Amino acid sequence: MIYLAAEHFVRSPGWTWLILFYFFLAGLSGGSYVLGAMLRLFGRGEHEETARTAFLVAFPLIILCPILLTVDLGQPVRFWHMVIDPANNTLNFKFWSPMSLGVWGLGVYSGFAFLAFAEALFKPLRGLLKGTLGRLILVVGALFALFVCAYTGVLLAVSNQPVWSDGWPIGGLFLASALSGSAALLLLLAGWRLRGASAPSLAAVLAVDRYFVLIEAILVIVFLVTVAAAGTLGRVLSVVGVVLWLVVIFGLAIPFVGHTRSRTLSPVITTVVALAGVLALRAVIIFAA
Amino acid sequence: MAVKRAGFFTDTSICIGCKACEVACKEWNGLQGNEPNLLLDSLDNTGQLDAENWRHVKFIEHMPASANTLVDQPASTAGGLAFLMMSDVCKHCQHASCMEVCPTNAIIRTEFDTVFIQQEVCNGCRNCISACPYDVIGFSQATGTAHKCTLCYDRLQNDLIPACAKVCPTQSIVFGDVDQLHQLADARLVALHKQGYSKAQLYGRDDKVYGGLNNFFLLMDEPEVYKLPNAANAVLPSRNNLPGYLGGLVTAVAAVIAGLIAFRRRGETPPEPHPVAVPVGGGPDPRSDSAEAGAEVQPRPSQRRVPRRKR
Repeated sequence: MIYLAAEHFVRSPGWTWLILFYFFLAGLSGGSYVLGAMLRLFGRGEHEETARTAFLVAFPLIILCPILLTVDLGQPVRFWHMVIDPANNTLNFKFWSPMSLGVWGLGVYSGFAFLAFAEALFKPLRGLLKGTLGRLILVVGALFALFVCAYTGVLLAVSNQPVWSDGWPIGGLFLASALSGSAALLLLLAGWRLRGASAPSLAAVLAVDRYFVLIEAILVIVFLVTVAAAGTLGRVLSVVGVVLWLVVIFGLAIPFVGHTRSRTLSPVITTVVALAGVLALRAVIIFAA
Repeated sequence: MAVKRAGFFTDTSICIGCKACEVACKEWNGLQGNEPNLLLDSLDNTGQLDAENWRHVKFIEHMPASANTLVDQPASTAGGLAFLMMSDVCKHCQHASCMEVCPTNAIIRTEFDTVFIQQEVCNGCRNCISACPYDVIGFSQATGTAHKCTLCYDRLQNDLIPACAKVCPTQSIVFGDVDQLHQLADARLVALHKQGYSKAQLYGRDDKVYGGLNNFFLLMDEPEVYKLPNAANAVLPSRNNLPGYLGGLVTAVAAVIAGLIAFRRRGETPPEPHPVAVPVGGGPDPRSDSAEAGAEVQPRPSQRRVPRRKR
């Protein structure tokens, strides 16, 4: 007699396209902010225009996220129940629930993203995030941005769903993927915005992108090993899953094969391939439950 | 009958699969039920617990084999084919996964120690569905909220026993105070073991499964056969909080180190020609305030302004 494995007698929560694109956009926003902060904090001014481009990207992306999340709710008008308990009129803050923590993190991060966006956009505010206090704000904002990138993966892991709860490295994996996708996006947008005038800075972004995809590749392997150990590898290796993994692999490879000394692909192509990989990674995991 | 800790003891050994519990539950709670469905799966046409089915009688076709028998001396009736029947329901876990992850605190523990979804608070995020290890909670498109057995909260508040227990013709579902139900279950288990049902066991009687289940069961075989996680696999979602965030933290540290290497190094060395392609003429002009912002932007040769010689 064949018995089913003893765990995962569960159903999917039905988190599909809206949540997929939320994870995608939140990752790109958080990743862009982190890149902008690192470019400004670690550079000596030579990355300034690239950093500003990153900040100009981060906020518009994050304001789309609450819209997606709210529409996905069964009762969208009750979105505020995430932060206020209407039964007691008290704040809802459950640090052990990634969704609760994520709502707060997303809100706080949006404030930092807005500040950086405003500083990058309006000349009178230029210099607001420089100096000691400004740098401190950037560091704290970057911590929240890192959280926003990673918590979406932890949210999936903190469940009893197959694959999601088997793959505890998803948080780190989503973070690395978000950073590499943001670097690819920044290469394109900064290139457009500056017409190549900040080429040395873009080279630095490409260099960091290569580190990010290496980290991501390691985490993909760790994730697959954990899932295989739990006996749920088949769920991420369906026919559609294999196609999505191929897209992920192309996305991982593009920073290396798209920019070589002998050949340079169009930044539009390299960015689209990289972002498709970011999206495919989230899709193959979300739809595996 | 006032109870401090309300629950069910479901004795699957005497369940006859009549589904009276399903009907009574729908009747009392005003559940419409789903469209009738021919599942071609035994005698089951309910399928699963969901927003419209808070009780579900599972029919498990069981083929006793030599290495796996319900009784020490298997009967030869029905060609060795037997049904295991179990009236499934929300377990009202002491350590409830749904309650743990619910971000709105819509899921609460009542004065009867049961787990209850406040419909007016739930906003339909469905996090509880991702967490419930028993596939109990369903999402209703009609209400936009999550639903499950309330253990007839309204009936309890009026000193009535839950509808399913009230109608169960064989007393397979017994309602009462959990401590008293434990004694009843222990005695029944001893009796079954004496009759030779060596695999009979109590599920959720002790705290090995989610701290104990208010709705616990007497099973005739291993929990996996009934699609219930065994004690080793009855784990809470929060187990992945620490490793999940730690994984994120380690990745974040690695990413910052990568940023330091890439951005510092480039800042200290003179710019080199590199293969990053940038589109020409695809965007606005570089901002004139680049220098003011401290950027050391190197214009491309084609962009350098060369003074024209006067003719």
